[in-house]
Amino acid sequence: MSGRLPRPLVVPAVLGLVFLVLPLAGLLIRAPWSTLPARLAEPQVLQALRLSLVTATVATAICLLLGVPLAWLLARTAFPGRRLLRALVTVPLVLPPVVGGVALLLVLGRRGLVGSWLDQTFGVTLPFTTAGVVIAEAFVAMPFLVISVEGALRGADRRFEEAAATLGASRWTVFRRVTLPLITPGVLAGAVLCWARALGEFGATITFAGNFPGTTQTMPLAVYLALETEPEAAVVLSLVLLAVSVIILASLRERWVGGA
Amino acid sequence: MNPPVILSARLVVDRPAFRLDIDLQAGAGEVVALLGPNGAGKTTALRALAGLIALSDGQITLDGRLLHTLPPENRPIGVVFQDYLLFPHLSALDNVAFGPRCQGASKAEARRAAAELLARVGLAERASAKPRQLSGGQAQRVALARALAVRPRLLLLDEPLAALDAHTRLETRSRLRRHLADFDGATILVTHDPLEAMVLADRLVVIENGAVVQQGSPAEIARRPRTDYVARLVGLNLYRGAAEGTRVKVGELLMHTAEPIDGPAFVAFSPAAVALYRSRPDGSPRNLWQGAIEGVERHGDNVRVHLRGPLPVVADVTPAAVAELDLSPGRQVWASVKAAETHAYPA
Repeated sequence: MSGRLPRPLVVPAVLGLVFLVLPLAGLLIRAPWSTLPARLAEPQVLQALRLSLVTATVATAICLLLGVPLAWLLARTAFPGRRLLRALVTVPLVLPPVVGGVALLLVLGRRGLVGSWLDQTFGVTLPFTTAGVVIAEAFVAMPFLVISVEGALRGADRRFEEAAATLGASRWTVFRRVTLPLITPGVLAGAVLCWARALGEFGATITFAGNFPGTTQTMPLAVYLALETEPEAAVVLSLVLLAVSVIILASLRERWVGGA
Repeated sequence: MNPPVILSARLVVDRPAFRLDIDLQAGAGEVVALLGPNGAGKTTALRALAGLIALSDGQITLDGRLLHTLPPENRPIGVVFQDYLLFPHLSALDNVAFGPRCQGASKAEARRAAAELLARVGLAERASAKPRQLSGGQAQRVALARALAVRPRLLLLDEPLAALDAHTRLETRSRLRRHLADFDGATILVTHDPLEAMVLADRLVVIENGAVVQQGSPAEIARRPRTDYVARLVGLNLYRGAAEGTRVKVGELLMHTAEPIDGPAFVAFSPAAVALYRSRPDGSPRNLWQGAIEGVERHGDNVRVHLRGPLPVVADVTPAAVAELDLSPGRQVWASVKAAETHAYPA
């Protein structure tokens, strides 16, 4: 399409762009560049960063392990209530994360439905531990993975699976050697989205896992806390999160997601 | 030559507004072509044999064993799909090795068997190529090797040459013919191309609207078509009538034929046997009727003329005759066929 651009579209588009980019630019402009290296080297910053990267990665691994089979179930089987199940799976997408945290506490807390049993039988408590952080992140991030993988499964050509079956492949072999390789771009895209969501998780984490430096204080929590006491530190931490997100998304996009 | 029948099937598949109901037999080493127009149910029949769709009724036995109760992965079949469906993420070699791997062969064994088969189809040097790097003809051969790698007793080919351009098709067809001749199981080939069917198959089964309308050797079918579709395929004019001796009443017209026959009969003759005249010819040949020219088209070196009238007919005449006759659409002409050029057989 060429010719004059319609003003009713262009003006809001530019405003929208400014609205999205300006805050990020502000972050860069107000960053204390001179003291940046020293601040980054502070143990608390490194600690929060490491915790964030580790928990987000573990949460993504859990989401892959459980979410891919769940997506397969939703995409490839027919059973009564499948649509309802699909709706339930996507609830965490729209649920306020704090509510998710409260719900997790009610179920997995020490007096919770499952938590009390875990506590009495195995002596395991999840709330206010690093494992709790991982659970909160996985709870919030899994729908991103499931939806992405389900879409990839629905888009994949099922005739390849039929061809594999005529060659003697069991359904598990078909999934492992044909379906999964065919939907790899979708799985990777879902994993990236899932990881990014887990990395930025705040509400469910602080509710379910608390805010203990070293064990449950992830980057977003550290940013929020620093804002009250040390605004400059908050800016530095935010910059780090911004950089990590941009780097990961950009590199994955070119290598995997872009090819999808 | 009647090979022992190893495949015996009655395939019934009910669909909304469509029912496939055919009987199908194939002998060891025999190639049977399922021939029919689009939507006749050929591919449905093939998918039912493969187990990719369930039978509504009927049964399939192969080598004396019931097949229709088994899932596709347990059937001793090999399938070449219309667009081959080579796994895009695997090399040609691993595509062919896929079946043997599923049957429990070790990776090394499976690859050795696959390399052997690729060499047999003349693609040893393309073993490491991914499907997207293969030409259409090469992909077809890899697909054939992949289907043969599971040592099937029943080989199913769905329009195996349809995706190829005309030049590649010719070469691939003669290769396919050789490989099918070497195969000792039964082969069912689905096609809508009569030439492909006649070149590749020992026997043709013609399907229309989910039912078998005719079957027999290619020569038999080419000589004695029994439906308009088959007649068009083999390029003959075909009429159905009531015979009494060497006369067959077709509609209002009485046709004279060479062979005596009684009862319901077909009369067939080649378009080349039809002569056209501007005015009623002298000496009055016995089969003579009038018709209006409906269309004129090129057909090889000749011109094909379609006539409508009491006996719609297709005639092949030389370009010189066209000029002489002034065959413009709508014009009334006389058509004649010698009795000796017709062929009558029971309906």
